[in-house]
Amino acid sequence: MTLPYAPIGKPGSSVANKTGGWRIFIPVFNAELCNGCGTCETFCPEGIVHKIEGGDTFIADYDYCKGCGICARECPKDAITMELEEK
Amino acid sequence: MTGKLKSGRMVVEGSYAVAHAAAMCRPDVISAYPITPQTHIVEDLSQFVADGAIDSKYINVESEFSALSALVGSSAAGARTYSATTSQGLALMHEVLFNAAGMRLPIVMTIVNRSMSAPINIWNDHQDSVAERDTGWIQLYIEDAQELVDTTVQAYLIGEDPDVSLPVMVCMDGFILSHVFEPVELLDQEKVDEFLPQFSPVRALDPENPESFGMFVDPEYYMDFRYLVEQAMDASRQKIADAARKFESAFGRYYGGLIDTYHTDGAEIILVAMGSLVGTLRDVVDDLREKGVSVGLLKIRAFRPFPIDEILKVVARAKVVVVLDKNISLGTGEGAVTTEIKAGLYDSGSDIRVPVMGFVVGLGGRDIPVGTVQRIVAKAKTVAESGVSGRSEFVDLKHLRV
Amino acid sequence: MKEIRIHGRGGQGSVTAAELLAIAAFEDGRHSQAFPAFGVERRGAPVMAFVRLSDRTIRLRSQVYNPDYVIVQDATLIEAVDVASGLKPDGMILVNTEHSSEDLALETEATVRTIDATRIALDIIGKPIMNTVMLGAFAGASGEVKAESIKHAVRDRFPGPVGEKNADAVQHAYDRMVKS
Ligand code: SF4
Ligand code: SF4
Repeated sequence: MTLPYAPIGKPGSSVANKTGGWRIFIPVFNAELCNGCGTCETFCPEGIVHKIEGGDTFIADYDYCKGCGICARECPKDAITMELEEK
Repeated sequence: MTGKLKSGRMVVEGSYAVAHAAAMCRPDVISAYPITPQTHIVEDLSQFVADGAIDSKYINVESEFSALSALVGSSAAGARTYSATTSQGLALMHEVLFNAAGMRLPIVMTIVNRSMSAPINIWNDHQDSVAERDTGWIQLYIEDAQELVDTTVQAYLIGEDPDVSLPVMVCMDGFILSHVFEPVELLDQEKVDEFLPQFSPVRALDPENPESFGMFVDPEYYMDFRYLVEQAMDASRQKIADAARKFESAFGRYYGGLIDTYHTDGAEIILVAMGSLVGTLRDVVDDLREKGVSVGLLKIRAFRPFPIDEILKVVARAKVVVVLDKNISLGTGEGAVTTEIKAGLYDSGSDIRVPVMGFVVGLGGRDIPVGTVQRIVAKAKTVAESGVSGRSEFVDLKHLRV
Repeated sequence: MKEIRIHGRGGQGSVTAAELLAIAAFEDGRHSQAFPAFGVERRGAPVMAFVRLSDRTIRLRSQVYNPDYVIVQDATLIEAVDVASGLKPDGMILVNTEHSSEDLALETEATVRTIDATRIALDIIGKPIMNTVMLGAFAGASGEVKAESIKHAVRDRFPGPVGEKNADAVQHAYDRMVKS
């Protein structure tokens, strides 16, 4: 392979890097308990918790959720539980 | 454009001369942080910008680190860029110097050579830029205000050559050249435009086609990229020589390519120096030649890339090489130029066996009078006869004995 | 080559005087070089500036040790600084003072000339700024540079009435030295 004259390349993108596979525990969102406060969205270090389309409760994008558990810990309603994911 | 720049041949300050020359190169972006003895240069340039005499964007910053960082971004976006600094300011840029070279950005920066603290001192020696010799910047050292003007223009031509694409430091002696008033031919805009084509970067940042400059590379690639910088340095040798000749045919002035020589043909003693000291040495050589001393002068114009082949050719038949270093590589007992010439002699593969005498001179603004050089040459004469040189020495210590 | 050392105090325009002298000599068709003795300038502290004049390109970059001429802008410096240091025996030292050369009793074999530049500056310029007056006196006493060229450099540097007054003072000092 030939190198370019300088270290220049296509910028990487985290969109292409699906980190969901790193997960062992998966956050399960209970819409019954959720009050829509958005704390989980604020705290998720991946920025991948969002409002359910057409609804008021929240859900993670499991393609990217690393299973860190921060959302579950911060949720004031205990609406998120971390469960061992079956693979 | 409302303000007007001076033009023609006249007596100006060295700082004005270089600011004027930089302006004639039409830099898109200038960023610098004022520090003695560089201040007059950036004052003049910011005045040019404020007067509307030049179209450059002047970015005010809070430190030298930011000044060079701003230029790294600008240069990567395809802008022609200029800065000037000295001493502690250059040291503060240290990390960014590597980035600019590694990213292959042809920034041109004037270094107004000044000593390094401590003790704090604002006067001239070459410690600041010599300490940055491994950063991947081309380094040119100049002798007088006219060469400073002319070399500033050449620096863009060299650095922006696609085979080189490296940043260039043009090094001038602080106060001795930055604060001197002497006759200078200020360059004509049209002639500079003819000589120096517009900057067309090999690659530039483009929002339409996003690319990452200076990206992360793992051990698989890092070493190869470093080798590419060394190759570019090597390619710059010819370009430095070519730029000097091209300048000569356009403007009629020539200062040598990588080196310049003065009465070196058949000389037994060859003095080696960089910067404004070379002027004083020319006078000494003339004087000693009249007295029958076989002495010549080798001026190192490019310290990076180091012109060892050119040097070897000149010193091959000399009886002694006398290096005057305005820097000290602490822990080696000698200046960097002395060390590098010795190293080059050793692995030259030739049978050149000329003794090299190193002298550390002029640190922190200590003046170098003619008498000092004459004493050095007197010592060299004895070495020329014996063929045996000793360790390097500090010249003209005043309060300590050696 | 002729070498000149200018002594003054910070704020008296010694560096400007050196610069103007270099510009004027260049206008006369000579090569010139002017530079300050690199110090940290403080108002009132003794400062020096140097000038070299030559018919050939000036390459020498050291300070001036054996001047052909010394210009002293402030006679009180004589007590603080060895103003005649290294002055060539066939050289000249020009001092701004109301006293005569004999009264100064300088230890030098060189010619000593004096001029009351402060008074001339006060009378003509209206301010005790004597650097341009000293240049006019130097031109008259040494013949190294034309008064016209000094005046031109002065007018160029200080456009308008200030420059005109300074140019008048230059001419006055020049005439005074040529006549006496
Ligand atoms: S933090 Fe809990 S209650 Fe608040 S939106 Fe998220 S899941 Fe619902
Ligand atoms: S487990 Fe961590 S990564 Fe996944 S949604 Fe919650 S906060 Fe985000």
